[in-house]
Amino acid sequence: MLRYTLSRLVSVIPTLLLVMLITFLLVHAAPGGPFDNERTLPPEMQARLQAAYGLDQPLWVQFGNYIGGLMQGDLGPSFRYPQSTVNELIGDAAPVSLLLGSLAFIVAVIFGSAAGILAAIRQNRATDHVLMTVAMTGISVPAFVVAPLLVLLFAITLRWLPASGLSTPWHFILPVFALALPTAAYVARLIRASMLEVLKGQFIRTARAQGLSSRTLVLRYALKPALIPVVSYLGPAVAALLSGSVVIEQIFNIPGLGRLFIQSALNRDYTLVMGLVILYSTLLVLLNLIVDLLYAVLDPRVRYR
Amino acid sequence: MMVAADRKALGWQAWYAMRHDRLLIVSATLLVLIVVAVIVGPWLTPHSYQTMDLSAVLISPQWADYRWFGTDDLGRDLFARVMHGGRVSLLVGIVSTFVSLVVGVLYGATAGYFGGRVDHLMMRFVDILYALPFMFFVILLMVLFGRNILLIFVAIGAVNWLDMARIVRGQTLALRRREYVEAAEMAGASKRRIIFRHIVPNLLGVVVVYATLTVPQVILIESFLSFIGLGVQEPMTSWGALVQRGTELMSIAPWVLVIPSLMLAVSLLCLNFVGDGLRDALDPKDGHR
Repeated sequence: MLRYTLSRLVSVIPTLLLVMLITFLLVHAAPGGPFDNERTLPPEMQARLQAAYGLDQPLWVQFGNYIGGLMQGDLGPSFRYPQSTVNELIGDAAPVSLLLGSLAFIVAVIFGSAAGILAAIRQNRATDHVLMTVAMTGISVPAFVVAPLLVLLFAITLRWLPASGLSTPWHFILPVFALALPTAAYVARLIRASMLEVLKGQFIRTARAQGLSSRTLVLRYALKPALIPVVSYLGPAVAALLSGSVVIEQIFNIPGLGRLFIQSALNRDYTLVMGLVILYSTLLVLLNLIVDLLYAVLDPRVRYR
Repeated sequence: MMVAADRKALGWQAWYAMRHDRLLIVSATLLVLIVVAVIVGPWLTPHSYQTMDLSAVLISPQWADYRWFGTDDLGRDLFARVMHGGRVSLLVGIVSTFVSLVVGVLYGATAGYFGGRVDHLMMRFVDILYALPFMFFVILLMVLFGRNILLIFVAIGAVNWLDMARIVRGQTLALRRREYVEAAEMAGASKRRIIFRHIVPNLLGVVVVYATLTVPQVILIESFLSFIGLGVQEPMTSWGALVQRGTELMSIAPWVLVIPSLMLAVSLLCLNFVGDGLRDALDPKDGHR
């Protein structure tokens, strides 16, 4: 187990280096620079600006410097907001996205599991059909369609909930729900399928023969093995929440990482874009690793060498 | 003999399952209706999708003057725009799926057929690509290299071939041990010929099912890009771009949001139901739905 963990940790390094290299090259191959939007500067000013940010050096030196900084946790200065560093900008936005994301994650897992279990117990009955149709809708219909419709209904027409910002707990309801829906739907489908599989098992028949109630049977015996496929989905689920929050933050005007990413990309704020892509990739790769390890803990049949 | 009989039985079973899956039939019918509407639609209305008419701003849906879906804030006819946007969204869906299909099938079939070290290397490469946050690269690509529709096709196709490659590889691994492949090898057919003439045609069933499930994913990515302003550009439009416009106008003109949202939602839902239904019909095991 320890050896497996270590070898997986090592294999993460080339992936992350590749991410950095691709992002770096893409950004530098792009036509147009961060200083294009300003009034046309005199050539010597432009040269001095370029030199100040190290843009006059050969590409591989720039890449080396960047990696060097990264090793010390320094993502460099922002091109667009000269008074702040990328670290500061990300530091300001990250807690907001983190809070939103974790709330959505919790909501998705709880509601998704409940719906999935219920649908499995009532297989092929009305409850099952209704829940699974809702789940299919949640998967098919994107957040940027669901979210505005929710705002239209609950904020504009009914005036029950606020439409944008995050100042009170009430403000969290719509964005968290919109963000959680696709993940919850996916979890529900997974749990239903694996629950049906588990309920066919011999140990369930034995338990039933001993006269255990359906509730104990499902919650105490069937739930744990049924959860295993969900665990392997958690990596992609977090990825979905990350990219979903790009849209949700845009719609609800929430100052998180997603909105920062779109703004930085539109502004051609090279260092900020790179910092964010690297942050997202690292998160994703590490979470996938954790999920794989968790898998082994939950399912005694899985053994890593 | 045995194999042929089995396959016949499976085909019959699939057809039977499909005919008895009401959801599949309803979705497929709706889908055909939407496709036909989107193709024919722009000719049914006298209004153009891009002509602005400042004397007809924000008209709500009505029969008079053929304003079936109303108009937007620039006086453009929403029916014409929704139909036109549908053409773009569906076209992106089909073309990009085709791109990912060609790349994925060739890659997967090659890896699976050669096996051994080639397979190992090729699939390790796929694993590494899997770990990359592609959505962010697509956004980056669109920002940096302008927003032309060709790039959308390529970028989305490049994201989606990975799943296809994995599935096709798995199938190929099973197929290459079959008698007819061995027979072809004995007869001295070239590797290229075996892959193209014997392996790829036998993959088609799986590929078609998976492609039906890829189309809605692709449409989703395109509309996501258009929604954040990085997809198709004015005066062209797509359902994602229309929804985006709708969110800005929803407090004064809800129909500008609701109509394209519903079109997009219903199409995606139907595509997913059809894909799921086909998969269940071809897979005699218990369904996922």
